[in-house]
Parts: sequence; structure tokens; C-alpha cells
Amino acid sequence: MPRVKGKIEIDQERCKGCGLCISVCPMKVIDFGEGFNAKGYHPAEPKYVEKCIACGFCYNMCPDVCITVYREVESA
Amino acid sequence: MAERVLVKGTEAIGEAAIRAGCRLFFGYPITPQNELPEYMSKRMPEVGGTFLQTESEVATINMVYGAACTGTRVMTSTSSPGFSLMQEGISYMACAQLPAVLVNVVRGGPGLGDIQPSQGDYWQATKGGGHGDYKLIVLAPSTVQEAVDLTVLAFDLADKYRTPVVIIADGVIGQMMEPVTFPEFRNLNTLPKHDDWALTGANGREKHIVVSFDIDPHVLEKMNLEIVEKLRKIEANEKRWEEYKLEDAEIVITAFGTVGRIAKSVVEQARKEGIKAGLFRPITLWPFPYERLEEISKGKKLILDVEMNMGQMLEDVKLAVKDHARIEFYGRMGGVVPTPDEIFEALKKFLNV
Amino acid sequence: MAFQVILKRPESLTQREFTYCPGCTHGIIHRIIAEVIDELGIREKTIAVAPIGCSVFAYQFFNTDATVAAHGRAPAVATGMKRARPDLYVFTYQGDGDLAAIGTAEIVHAANRGEKITTIFVNNAIYGMTGGQMAPTTLLGMKTTTTPYGRKADNDGYPLHVAEIIKEARGVAFLARTKVNTPQDVQKTKKAIKKAFLAQIKGLGFGMVEVLSTCPTNWGIDPVSALKWLEEHMVPEYPLGVFVDKVGDEQ
Ligand SMILES: Cc1ncc(C[n+]2csc(CCOP(=O)(O)OP(=O)(O)O)c2C)c(N)n1
Ligand code: SF4
Ligand code: SF4
Ligand code: SF4
Ligand SMILES: [Mg+2]
Repeated sequence: MPRVKGKIEIDQERCKGCGLCISVCPMKVIDFGEGFNAKGYHPAEPKYVEKCIACGFCYNMCPDVCITVYREVESA
Repeated sequence: MAERVLVKGTEAIGEAAIRAGCRLFFGYPITPQNELPEYMSKRMPEVGGTFLQTESEVATINMVYGAACTGTRVMTSTSSPGFSLMQEGISYMACAQLPAVLVNVVRGGPGLGDIQPSQGDYWQATKGGGHGDYKLIVLAPSTVQEAVDLTVLAFDLADKYRTPVVIIADGVIGQMMEPVTFPEFRNLNTLPKHDDWALTGANGREKHIVVSFDIDPHVLEKMNLEIVEKLRKIEANEKRWEEYKLEDAEIVITAFGTVGRIAKSVVEQARKEGIKAGLFRPITLWPFPYERLEEISKGKKLILDVEMNMGQMLEDVKLAVKDHARIEFYGRMGGVVPTPDEIFEALKKFLNV
Repeated sequence: MAFQVILKRPESLTQREFTYCPGCTHGIIHRIIAEVIDELGIREKTIAVAPIGCSVFAYQFFNTDATVAAHGRAPAVATGMKRARPDLYVFTYQGDGDLAAIGTAEIVHAANRGEKITTIFVNNAIYGMTGGQMAPTTLLGMKTTTTPYGRKADNDGYPLHVAEIIKEARGVAFLARTKVNTPQDVQKTKKAIKKAFLAQIKGLGFGMVEVLSTCPTNWGIDPVSALKWLEEHMVPEYPLGVFVDKVGDEQ
């Protein structure tokens, strides 16, 4: 069975760089970025997004609701 | 035509509230006002309303806050210690600009005091009472009919100005039986809905927020200024008082509520003995009718302020009268109700007759 | 093949950024409440009652009508609203100082009356907003700014188990204690919150979920360690579970 393919987006300005998403991602998709956002935090980035399985763990643990999760579907 | 019926003061206030369209009453037992919640517990179910006995006056006032947030007419009543407990919530309501009617059947204080009639909560009611910059409209009836009329007025003023309104009574007014005429039942559909601010669900509109809070001092100052502006409007438009035999009076008794009533007998007694006395009775304790009292006091021999406290309204009387006339005070405390005779004796003493 | 959104910011949150510290799980709890409101389709009939505590700003975050209650009095405020407008859905969001200290009377009596309101009780074992003082829920031995030597039972009493107290009240229709330190637990908490709302919607009575939550700032640890600390220290003191469920499973 082919693995579910997913992708996430992280609102870079909302992110407070807490790292909770990073700690729960089973596929190690996310890591801190190098830059700072306007609030002065290192936002998390989906660095290895190709590994994402759309499990939603990161979304569930993000306290600032900055993550959107997508899943690949047969296009209609 | 409405008929005259004989009722007790507390029950009259309750019935008047229902006539005014109030269908929500929250309260906690405390003497001497228990007849009011008891009356409401019987009456509310008859008119499709809700009576709820709460766990404390703290809970009560916050339930009143919650109900008022929805723009619904709501009332509570209590007596002095309970009124003290409500002060935090009242301050929140004043800031959040919430309409409600609060009845305080004042008893002897401070502390647990006793359960006898008193006017010891004048300061608490008229000077703010809780924390922060605010005032409440305070109405003081001196007859049962006036209690009825002022209760209806209280709801209308509360809605008009988005503010809690206090009715200050005491056990005398509360227990007294007098014939009254009740107003017609207000059609509930004609009551103000407060659609522009009330919390009724953000259905097809932006969300509404009712708070007594802003973290930004400049915004909070603006909120304060809005309240101040409203208070100025109330001061300009809502002062009420009674003048009794003042046309030719040389001596003016100032008194409110129960004492205002007793003072009328004193005026009669004095006039029988050739002393030209009259009565000035503030009905709105806030806003206090300073200007009118000042006018009246000019050229008078004596202003005698009589209260059932240590001289609380006296401060406002002094502010009004300034140095236009001599001011004296006679008061009883602890729940002692002065008799007309003793007030008259005091008056004569001050006049050296 | 194309990508489809499966998880995104719920409608019942405004666009406002949360005022919480990085990694504070207050935000997770907000999000799942908003998701529940979305899923139940009740946003336009809901009133939120925010407390006094770090979540005082919740009145700005939920995209519903909202107020802020005096410290501890949210259940009384919600009672007033619900009695005035039984057709609306009212929920309170309260911290452990707010609900379990100054507001114990209001929560117990709202529960006992079976008040048809929903309460989300955030137990983070501390007073967050005022700078990390002891809460009634603070663990024995736990250092706070007012228990610098650790909480001692002989001076400070014991951690207060609110759910266990409330469960005795017969007006309670749904009551659970959950936690939000793993994605699976977040989902369980969401289910519990949904039931606490359903208890109200179905007119069954009072619904409450006590949620074990983190306060990395005042616990003095990083957000990820706080998730672990919650598991290791709070869960043993505050057993998870469903205490009352009159809602049932058909939804
Ligand atoms: C009457 C009153 N007393 C005290 C306070 C100060 N105060 C504000 S928040 C708070 C404690 C909040 O702690 P908690 O409820 O646990 O919420 P948290 O910040 O931890 O989420 C206190 C004591 C207040 N605002 N009002
Ligand atoms: S959806 Fe799952 S796999 Fe994808 S980034 Fe989030 S946690 Fe990782
Ligand atoms: S959990 Fe959210 S706020 Fe925290 S680092 Fe990840 S994206 Fe940023
Ligand atoms: S102080 Fe604690 S509870 Fe408050 S926002 Fe920060 S982490 Fe959260
Ligand atoms: Mg707390």
C-alpha cells in the first residue's frame, strides 16, 4: 500500500518557535528555520516536506494554530 | 382603570418590576428584604419568568451581570452586608455599562450590624461603592407608591443609560402596607433589545464583546471617558426631588427615604407651633439635586439635615448649600428610627426655642 | 493528484494572535474548543465567558460573542446568560486559580444546579498570569514563587481534585479529566469537550472537562520538557478519566 503523501504549511509570522510540532512529527519533517520573524522567534519550517504523511500530529500540538495540513488526493 | 391595592413595600417593588417587564430575578436571603425574593419566587413562574436563589451575593451579582450582558431586564435585591459583597460585580457592571436594577433594603451597620432600618449605605450607594471611577443612579422612595413608580423608572433609566440603578429602601418602606396603583404590564416586545451591543450570538453580524477591561491604558481611559460623559448626561437630565411646604419656609429639613417621610410630620408639627418649616427630599440620591437645594437654601434660617446614619447625605447637603445658610445635623444610627417628636426637639434646640 | 486541506485554523477562532507564551498549551485547548464549536455548527449561538488569568484575552480569540467574568465568577455569569437566553450556548474557560480557588463556590453550585452550561477547566498547577504563585492544584513539593521551599501539606494543604469533588453533584451530565501533552490526548480532549457541549445542547445538565495543561514559563522549563513533566508529575496526582457521562455515544 502506497504511503499517504502529505504536506504542511506553517504561518511564519504566527509561529512562536516553541518546537512542539518538531517534537511530535514522526517523520522529522519540521525543523527550526535560520531567520527570525517579526516577533523575534525562529519559526519552524517544513524542511523535509516530501516525507510528510499528513498525520496531523504537528497541527494537533501547535499552540498557536499556525499549521495547515494537506493530503494528496486523486484529482477530481 | 388600574385599581388601588394594599401591599407591602417589598412586594410592591417586586410586582412593579414584573409590570416593568422584568422576568429574571436572582437573590440570596438576607433580612430585612426576604419578602421580595419570596414574592418573586411565587410570581415569576406565573408570568413565565425565572427566579433563582443563588449561593451568595457574589454569585448573585455576577448572574445579574451575565443576564444583563444579553440585554435582558434583570433584578436583584439584598440588604447591606449583601450589598457590600456585590461591590466587585457592580464595579464590573458599571465599567461594562450593563443595565440592571439592584434593590438595597438597608439595615443597621457597619459589620453584621442588625436588621433594623438604616440609611448607612448612602455613601456606598452614591459615591461608587466598588473600585474605580463610576457612579450609579440611586433612587430613594419614601412611600410604597413611590417605590412602585421608581422601580419602573429604574428599569427605564438602566436601559436608557446602560447602567446599574440602585433603589435604596429600608425596613420601614419594605414592611409598610400602603394602597398603591400598579402600572399596566409592559409589553415585552416593546422593551429595548440592545441589538447594537448585547451578547445574543454573532448571527449574521460581527461578534459582540462586553467587558470591563482593556490592557491598554489609553483605551481604558477612553472607556472611562465614555462613562464620565454618560454620567454628566444623567446629572443634567435625571435629578429628582420633592419640595414640601417650602414656599414660605424659613427652615428647611433635608431628608431622604423613610426619614423624608417622617420629616413631613415634623414640618406639620413645627408649623402648628409657628415655626415655618419645609422639607427638601432628594429622590435621586445620585445625581444629587445640588443646584436646586442651593437655590432654596438662600436666605434660610436653618438647614436641618436628618438621616438614619452619622451624616452621610450631609456632605452633599453642605456641597449644595455652601455658606448660604447655617447647616445642622440630627441622626440616629444602628437601626434606630427617629420619631417626629425627637426630630422636632432637635430642631427647637438648634433654634434655641 | 492534488493536495487538499485536511486540517486548518477553525472558523470559531478570530485571526488574533494568542497572547500565550511559546509552547503554552492554553492555545491547543482554545483550538479544539473552536473546532468543536465549528463541528457542532453553534458558533452563531454561542457566548464565551473568559476568566481572569492568562486566558483573560480569550474573549478576543473565540469568534463568538464574549465577555470576561470577574475572577472565579464565570459560572455565575454563564448562569445569568443561560437563564436569560436558554436558546443560546454558553461556555466558560477557566484556570485553576480562577475555578479552584476564588471560584470554588460558583463552580460547585453551577454543577449542582445542573446549570446547562459548559466549563473548560485548565489545570496547569499554577497561577500563570500573576507570575507563578501557588495554585490549589500545585503539587506537593512543587516550587512556586509563593512556595519557594516547595508546597508543604501542613502549611499549604493538598492539591485540590476538582473533578472528583464535582462528580458528586447530581446536576453534572458530563465530566472528564484529560490532558493535552500528546496528539492522541489532544484528540481525546476534543472528544470530551464535544460531549461537554452536547450535555448542554441536549439539555442534560452541566458539562465540564478538566484539562491538564502546561505552563512552561512558570514551571521554568522549555515547552517540550513541559509536556513530559505534565506526564510524569501531574498525571499521577490527577488521574485521567471520564467521571460522569450521561451523553452517551450516539452523537
Ligand atoms: C478579585 C481578584 N483577585 C485577584 C486577582 C489577580 N489574579 C489575576 S489572574 C490570577 C490567577 C490566575 O491563575 P489561573 O486561574 O490558574 O490562570 P492561569 O493564568 O494559570 O491560566 C489572579 C490571582 C484578580 N484579578 N481579581
Ligand atoms: S502532518 Fe505529520 S508528518 Fe506531516 S509534518 Fe505534521 S507531524 Fe510531520
Ligand atoms: S508548534 Fe506551532 S508555534 Fe510551535 S514551533 Fe511549531 S509551528 Fe511554531
Ligand atoms: S504564564 Fe504559563 S499559563 Fe500563562 S501564557 Fe505563559 S505559559 Fe501559559
Ligand atoms: Mg493556572
